Amino acid sequence: MYLLVLLNLFWSYFKIGLFSFGGGYAMIPLMELEIISRHGWLTAAEFADIIAIAETTPGPIAINSATYVGFRMAGIIGSIVATLGVVSPSLIILLTLGTFLMSFIKIKNPRMEGIIQGLRPAVIVLILLAAVSLGKAGLVDVATCLMAAALFLARILFKANPFYLIAAGAMLGLILYPY
Amino acid sequence: MENNVTENKNKLPTATRVPLLKILLAFLKIGAFTFGGGYAILPIIRQEIIHHLKWVDAEGFMDILLVTQSLPGSVALNCSIIVGRRLRGTIGGLAAALGIVIPSFLTILFLVAFLLPVVQESIFVQAVFYGLRPAVAALVASTVWELGKEFAGDRLSIIIFITLLPVSLILHLHPVLVLALGALLGLLCFQK
Repeated sequence: MYLLVLLNLFWSYFKIGLFSFGGGYAMIPLMELEIISRHGWLTAAEFADIIAIAETTPGPIAINSATYVGFRMAGIIGSIVATLGVVSPSLIILLTLGTFLMSFIKIKNPRMEGIIQGLRPAVIVLILLAAVSLGKAGLVDVATCLMAAALFLARILFKANPFYLIAAGAMLGLILYPY
Repeated sequence: MENNVTENKNKLPTATRVPLLKILLAFLKIGAFTFGGGYAILPIIRQEIIHHLKWVDAEGFMDILLVTQSLPGSVALNCSIIVGRRLRGTIGGLAAALGIVIPSFLTILFLVAFLLPVVQESIFVQAVFYGLRPAVAALVASTVWELGKEFAGDRLSIIIFITLLPVSLILHLHPVLVLALGALLGLLCFQK
């Protein structure tokens, strides 16, 4: 059974690493699918907590979440296996095809440009879906809705640093929590 | 042929072999100071790799960015692997990846193994997470806004977005399928 959990962890995170385009947030829907829906490793609220933890600790979100989920499910070995899973696609692709890709990317290829052009709006759709499901997990009452609205505005109007937004969220949580 | 020329040019700044330990330590440092991941890491990589260590020149770094942005995986991780590989081949790439991963790995391990079990039941920790969840939702939503603004003037992007959004919302499409559909629409509709 333990071995099966390890295999599942590796394979799930391998997929997450392989299909994550456009930075951390775009892979949140895939992580939710694998971690919450398919395997039931975490609840939606716990998942939102990991994203918050990942924002406040060093390193990419995917690696943070791999270490976290891996440890929760299968201890230290689990965290190593899941982390290896998420970095393996990058290692395999870049260490085998790196030179080829570096020269290929410089050749202006209209097909490639079209694909990249099409991936961008798809990435935005995925991030929007991520925002919706994180909103469902986090906006549980009036206070949290107001908090999210205020922090959203602070970010888009005043370009507030994400790190400070997270810190502000923690402070507001301490003040507004219905104890 | 041209391929070889670019590779050599990019290798130029380092006449001597860079020790593996130096690669590992450089990326450990970068990994330890990148909060939030993604694009937040780029200014730090740029500072260390181009200006401080002079492992890659500015132009070479632009090429690396181009490649990493069109490949799957974390931008930070991909950049590191390419730079490490350039300096010392496969083993250099592995050293760089290890350097980027270790700070993140150890921090989370410390949190989840030692800190969280002790404090999780505390009402104050619950309160902090109560506030962190809406903050994260707001942060992710603001990213949609920021990225959306960049493509607001581009008709093809808007059309693909408007097509994909309702389809993926209603049909609960697999995220990979959303990406594939986007790539397909881009391939079919893109004109020079």
